[in-house]
Order: sequence, then C-alpha cells, then structure tokens
Amino acid sequence: MTMEFADKRQSGSEGGPSGNRRGIIRRYAGIYAALWRNSVAREMSFKANFLMWILVEVLWFALQLAFVSVLYLHTETIGTWTKWQVVLLIGASHLIQQVFQAFFLINCTNLSELVRTGKMDFLLMLPVNSRFVVSLRQVDLGAFVNAAWALMVMAYAARQLQLSPGFLQIAGFAVLCVAGVFIHYSLMFLLSIISFWTVRAQGIVYGYYNLFQIARMPDEAFSGAFRIAFTFAVPMLLVSNVPVRILVGKIENPWMPLLTLAMSVGCLIASEWGWRVSLKQYTSASS
Amino acid sequence: MKKYWHVLGIGIQHNLTYRFNFLARTVFGFIPLLAMLYVWRAIYAGKAQPEVGSYSLSQMTSYYLLITVVDALTAVNEDDWQIAADIKDGNISNFLIKPIDYLSYRLFLFFSGRLAYLAVAVIPVTLFVVGFRQYFVFPRDGTTLALFLLSTGLTALLQFFISYTMAMLAFWVLEVSTFIFIMFALEYIASGHMFPLDILPAAWQRVLAFTPFPYQLYFPVSVYLGRITGVELLQGFLAQIFWVVAAWAAARLAWSRGIRRYSAVGG
Repeated sequence: MTMEFADKRQSGSEGGPSGNRRGIIRRYAGIYAALWRNSVAREMSFKANFLMWILVEVLWFALQLAFVSVLYLHTETIGTWTKWQVVLLIGASHLIQQVFQAFFLINCTNLSELVRTGKMDFLLMLPVNSRFVVSLRQVDLGAFVNAAWALMVMAYAARQLQLSPGFLQIAGFAVLCVAGVFIHYSLMFLLSIISFWTVRAQGIVYGYYNLFQIARMPDEAFSGAFRIAFTFAVPMLLVSNVPVRILVGKIENPWMPLLTLAMSVGCLIASEWGWRVSLKQYTSASS
Repeated sequence: MKKYWHVLGIGIQHNLTYRFNFLARTVFGFIPLLAMLYVWRAIYAGKAQPEVGSYSLSQMTSYYLLITVVDALTAVNEDDWQIAADIKDGNISNFLIKPIDYLSYRLFLFFSGRLAYLAVAVIPVTLFVVGFRQYFVFPRDGTTLALFLLSTGLTALLQFFISYTMAMLAFWVLEVSTFIFIMFALEYIASGHMFPLDILPAAWQRVLAFTPFPYQLYFPVSVYLGRITGVELLQGFLAQIFWVVAAWAAARLAWSRGIRRYSAVGG
C-alpha cells in the first residue's frame, strides 16, 4: 500500500489530475470540518476529564514561571535577558507548543498505535491525501484554552516591560510563531514515523518533550556545539526565542528571522521525505 | 519469599526488551540537564558574587549531576500506569485468587525495572558524569556514602508507595493519568528536581519541610554533598522514614478500600 495508490484514487474521484483547485480546497475543508465535529463530540463526552487536562497544563505552565521567579531571585539577567523578557519567552514558547498540540500532537503520538493495530491500512485506503488525514485526524480543544492563558501571561509581561509593539512587529511575531509550530510538527512527525520501523516508539516521543524545554530558555545562555546543534540541526533555539526577540526589539541580526523561516520550510521538506520513505517500506501489521 | 525473587527475574527479562526505550529516555534526558547547566553558567557569569544561595558554580553542577544519578536509581517509570491499567482492565482479579500479595509483587517489579534501567543507563550516565568529572565530588567519607545509599533506598520506597497510592485512584475514576501528572508536577518542583530547595526563600523552605517531596530527591543528594549534618541529619532520616511508612500505610489502605469497591462492582 503506497501513497501513490491513495493519490490515484483521490484524483480519480476528482475527475482527473487537473481537477480544479478550489474544488479540492472545498473538499478538504469539508473533511476537516467533519474531523472537528468528531473531536468536539469526543471531548464533550468526557467533560470532567477535559477540564482536568487543562488543569494539568496550567500547573506545568505555572511551574515554569515559578522556576524563572526562583532564578531571578538570585540574578538580574541571564545574558541580556531580564526577568519579564524571559516570562515573555516562556509565554511565547507555551503558546507555540499549545497551538502545535491543538492541531498535531495527538495525531503524531497516535501514529505508532495506528501501525500496531493495523488501522493505518484503513487510513491509507481513504480517497484523501494520507498525510493530511494522519496528521489532522483529531483536534485537542483544551490546548486552545491553554494557548489563551499563554497569551494572557504574555500580555502581562509586555505591560511590565512597557512594550507597545507596532503592527509589523506583531505580524512578524505571528508569522514566526506559525513557523515555530511547523518546526515542532515536522520534527515530531519525523520522530513518530520511526514507529514504522520499531513499533515501541514511546521513548522517542517522550524525548521530544525534553526538547520543548530548550525552546523556552534564553538562547544567550548557550554556546559552542550545543548552540549550533539546536540552531541548525534541531532548531529549538529559534522556535520561540526569535519571535520574542522581535517583540522586545532584540534583533541584532536580521538573518535570524529568515533563518527561522528557512529552517521551518526545511523541516517540513524533511518530514515529507521521511513520510514517503516510510510509506514505501510499510508492511501492514495484519499481513 | 521465593516467588517474589522469581517476579524480580521475570521483571528484569521483560524490562530488558525495552532497552532501546530506556536508552532513548536516558540520552534524551541529558538534553534538558545540559541546558539547565548552561543557564546556570550564564547566571553565574553575570553575577558579581560567585555564589547562589550557598552554592558555587561547581557545587551547583554537582547538585544536578547527583539529581540525575538518584533519579535514575529511584524514579518510578511506568509502574503507576501499569497498576492503573491492571485495575481498569480487571487483571487484578488474577491476583485476588492467587497466594501472592499485589503490593509486594509490584514492588519487586519496580525493583526489576530499576535494575534493568540501570543496566542500560549506566553507560550514558557514566559517560556524562565523566564528561563533567571536574565538578563531580566524592562523598567525604564512608559513613556519608553509606548514609547516602540508605536514604536513596528510602527515596525509592517513598517514590514507589506514592505512585502506587496514586494508581489506586483507578478504582474510583476512569482516567487516572491527569492525577498522576498533577502529582508529578508537584514532585518535579518540590522534590528539588528543578533547583536545589535551599535557594528558595526561608518561608518556602519551611512549608516544604512539612511535605514528603524533599525526601523524594533533595534529601539523599544533600546527604551526599554533606550539606546536612548532625541533628538535622537525624531529623531528616526520621522524617524520611515517617513518610515511607505513611505512604506505605496509604497504599495498603487505598488497596483494601478499592478492593471492596472492586468486588462490589464485579458482583
């Protein structure tokens, strides 16, 4: 079962490969709306649990903020980063992580389960792009609530810093946040498709949580091989540091935002390549 | 007793099948640790005086190295999830009809998990500690080492009994993972995993002293570093033993209460 097959079925149902683009977009929007309705229904059938998960995330977020307060009891700055700048950084990092979580995280972690149970066969048979349906099957609604907390903390930190960002700064920040979400998604997706080779891949998924922790630390603390690796190979030090630098006016190097965008595109391309390779060698669990 | 040694053997074999997982877990786990050490280095570099609380940079570094070692020795890995799943799926019925005590059974499985984990993690952890050897201090004397090992053993028991008690919630609620994560968050900050507890303001330290959390990680590390001595050391051990016994009693109580409820549901 390869993706080509699924794609052929798909273009077949659209009346040829030149089927009009708006039709395709409308069709996918319709599918996505159905997936949303499904997710809402699922979440609302376990309301208490839904609220408990929000509480868990709030607690972990508060923990990060508490940690920063403890650090700044003993210092004025980390590099050039002041306390409220780091709070802004942790807020932005949480925001990006939660948006990523809202759309993609469960779907990435479910991938190994799909392979193990053989449900992957069924998804590959569907007449839609298989990566689309694998990546976006479920929506985590609680994560939007948590993203809202993150925005509030950021707004508070911005007031403490007396920032009044202009339209361009906010737009740049937003674009870079989206780039950050796609970096998280692409890397997590790449890690998850390792489950095509070894079914027990939770250790790897857990590993990504450790990487998140770097994204919320001020980049200036790092140096040497560590900084290079987490800028150019696994760009965790770009994901939230660069957008926050735009907000607080700390961009010394105009290449940093461009590099972030380029790394985001690069990660997406790498994940697409990984996906194709693993589909080619995918053998169903049931065969 | 013999049957429990058997459990230990089977547990080790079973756990070693996840050696790749363990390795990934350990190696990935170093990344935030390294990041933390970088952040501290930056903080010390920007300060006029060379100390945070009563820690110099190299003392701070050895604190985090020791946290990593004690955590590898004592952390509950997946035991709580497995226990909760056993309850939810009804697997514990098998234990109710066998002459085996579930708590002891799980305790030996926990030990086997730690042994298997250590067998895999010893290589990366050693490499890491060797990499930072100029910061790695050895205990002052044999007594300190012995006390450290004793308190680490008590820490392992405390970690296990608390996790076991949390997993018992599965008798009452459908989804225990949120409760486990909330507990984990509290433990993560209040046990000294994120930073040494004695850099906190004194009022906070006093509050924490009334909770079991410092005895889940901070206490054995402080014993090793020789930061707790004399009467405080004795008090610390008494408190740690108190919390181990309390957590054990809570685990037993939760189990007997839960079983009563479980049988009622099962008819």
